[in-house]
Amino acid sequence: MLAAALSAAPAGLDEVLALVDGLDDALTHGLARVDEERADALESLAAVFVGSPLADRIGDAVGKIIAGTVTDEHLIALAGARVALLGAAHDALLLGVDAAVGRVREDAPAPVEVRPGSSVLAAGRSWLRELALTGWRGVDHELAAAGAGSVPILLAAPAHRRLAVLLDGFAGELRALAPIATLEQVPARRWGDLWSRALLLSQESAPVSVPAPIDGRLLILGVDLHEHPTVFRAQVHGLLETPHGVRLVRTSVAAAKVDTITGSSAWRMLAEFPVLLGALAERRVLELTGMPLTSEGDLIWDEALARSGEPADPFAVARIRLGTAVAAAAAPLDRHPAGIAVPVLLEGYTATADELDLGGYRLAVDLDRLPAAGPLTPDLVAASTACLGLLRWDAGRWSVQPFAVQSTVKKKPVTVHTADWALGPTEAKAAKAEAVGGTAVAVLRERAGRLLRR
Amino acid sequence: MEKDGVAWERRSTVSVVPPVRPRKLAKVPFVELAEGRLQGVVSSGSDIQRVYVSSITSGDHGLSCSTNNNRPCGGLSGAHACKHLQALLAEAELQYGAERVARYLKIEVVDGESLFSGLHPTSAPNRAAEVFSSFLRHLAYLEVPASTDPLPELHWFPAAAVTR
Repeated sequence: MLAAALSAAPAGLDEVLALVDGLDDALTHGLARVDEERADALESLAAVFVGSPLADRIGDAVGKIIAGTVTDEHLIALAGARVALLGAAHDALLLGVDAAVGRVREDAPAPVEVRPGSSVLAAGRSWLRELALTGWRGVDHELAAAGAGSVPILLAAPAHRRLAVLLDGFAGELRALAPIATLEQVPARRWGDLWSRALLLSQESAPVSVPAPIDGRLLILGVDLHEHPTVFRAQVHGLLETPHGVRLVRTSVAAAKVDTITGSSAWRMLAEFPVLLGALAERRVLELTGMPLTSEGDLIWDEALARSGEPADPFAVARIRLGTAVAAAAAPLDRHPAGIAVPVLLEGYTATADELDLGGYRLAVDLDRLPAAGPLTPDLVAASTACLGLLRWDAGRWSVQPFAVQSTVKKKPVTVHTADWALGPTEAKAAKAEAVGGTAVAVLRERAGRLLRR
Repeated sequence: MEKDGVAWERRSTVSVVPPVRPRKLAKVPFVELAEGRLQGVVSSGSDIQRVYVSSITSGDHGLSCSTNNNRPCGGLSGAHACKHLQALLAEAELQYGAERVARYLKIEVVDGESLFSGLHPTSAPNRAAEVFSSFLRHLAYLEVPASTDPLPELHWFPAAAVTR
C-alpha cells in the first residue's frame, strides 16, 4: 500500500512547483530589475491566488515589483505566496502517505499566542530585502557578510532562536560561496525556502504555540541529527503512551557550536542532557512527568521532568505501536515538503546499494543523511532486512532516511541505531577519532576562557 | 542526484558547502574563508596570552600578520611570509581541502607543489582588529545556552554525512 502511495504524485503538484520555480528564478536574478520573462512568471504566480484571501496583496505586490517598486510589504506578500504553495504541496504529499499507512492525523489547531516583536528584527528584514533586490547571482562578499550581523543579539533572545539559527546557516552558505556570480549553478529552491522562511520569522508578530504539560512513557523510535557550522541538534522521534492513547511525538535538544566541532564529537556539546542521551544510547524508555507538549507534537525537553526507565527495543516498539499512533499536524506556516519526516518501519524489501525495493516501488535511501556522528553506513543499509527511519520528500521523489537497521555483518545479525553513539562512539576506531575532535572543544574552551572579555 | 542536473537546483535540502574536516586546533585555533580573505588566529609558541592574527587576501595575496595587541609580527617583512602565515595556510588546507582554499584565494597550483609556493604575495593593510573580533564572535558560540525549541528550519540542515 505504501508503495502505491509513493508512486502516485498528487494532482497539480508539478504545476505548483513550476510556479515556485518561477519565483525562485526571479529571486536568483534579483527583483530590482525584472525582465519580461520573469514578469510573466510572477504574474502567473499572482493569477493562481485570484479568489483566495491573499489575492489582493499578492496581485498588488507583483504589479508593483514589476513596475520597479519593492517594499517590505511586497516582499512579505511574495514570501507568503511561496509558503502557501509549498504548504499545499506538503498537505497533498502527506495525505497520500497517511492514507497508505492508516495514520490518523489531528487537524492543526489555531495558534493561540503571538510572539512579541523586537527592534532587532528590522536588521534581518533589511538584509533579506537587499538580497531579494540583488538576487542570489549578485551576492558579493560584503552582502553575504552582512547577514550574520544581527545573529549574536537574536541568539541571546530565546524567542528568536529559530530565526537566529536559520539566518546564521543561510548567511554562512552565502559567505562560503560568495561571489555567487562565479558559480555555475545556484541552489535556487533551497535559498528561496530559506529566504521566505527567514522573512516570515522576521515579522514583528508571529504565531507561537503554547505547550501543555503531559505525563506518559516516551518510547524512542530513533534520532535525526541536524547540523550547520554553528549548531548541532538531536531530534528524537518517539511514541508517547498516555492514558488517552499513543501519540507520535518529537523532542529536540540543540547546542551552539563552531564549524571545527563536527562528526561524533558534536554530541559533546549536548552533555547537559544526560537523561535523554543515556536513554538514546542504552535504548531505554523515558518516564515523563509534566513535560510540556505542543499541539504540533513537540515535547519541550526538560531533564528534570524525565526519568530513565526499562530497556525497550525500538523495532519492537514500532512493530507493536507505530501503526495506531496518532500524529499531530504541522503548524500552518511550517508546512513545507522539506519538513516532512514520517517515521516508518520497513521490512520485507530487497535492498541494493542505494534503494529499497518495496515490491512495486524502489524507495531511494538518502545516503547524504547517514550522519558521521552515528554508526550507520551505506553497507549496513544495503545488507539490511528491516529499517526504521523517516520518509522524506525532496525534488520530486521520496526517500527514506534510516535511523536504525537490522542487518548482517560477517554472517551475524546486528542491530545498529544512529542513537547508539549518543554517549560517544561504541567502536574503537571511531572512538579514537572522537577523542581528537573532543580536544578541539577543550582547546576552544581554553582560548575562550583566556581571550573573551568578560 | 547529480550536481550538474536541474534536480540539484530544485532540491531543498541539498548540501551546498562541504563540511570542514576535523583537525587539531592547538596551534591554529581559528581559520576562516571570509570577506575575501583567508584569515585566522595562530597561538604564540612562547606566550600563552598572546595570539597572532594573520590573513591572506584573495586574488592579490596581500599578507598581514600582527599580535592581538596590534604589534606587527617580526617575521613578516613585505612579501615574505612569516611562520604564522605558513601555519595558517597549512591548517586551512587541512580544514577545507587544498582545492577549496586555492579556489578562494585564486592560487594557481602546479601539480605536486604546495599551496604556499603558488602565492605571489604582496603586503596588505593590517586587518588584525577585524579578524580578532571575528575570532571572539566564533568563541562566543561556545557560551550560547542550549535550546530545547523544536527549531523546524533545521530540517534543511541534515548533519554532515561521512565523507565517502
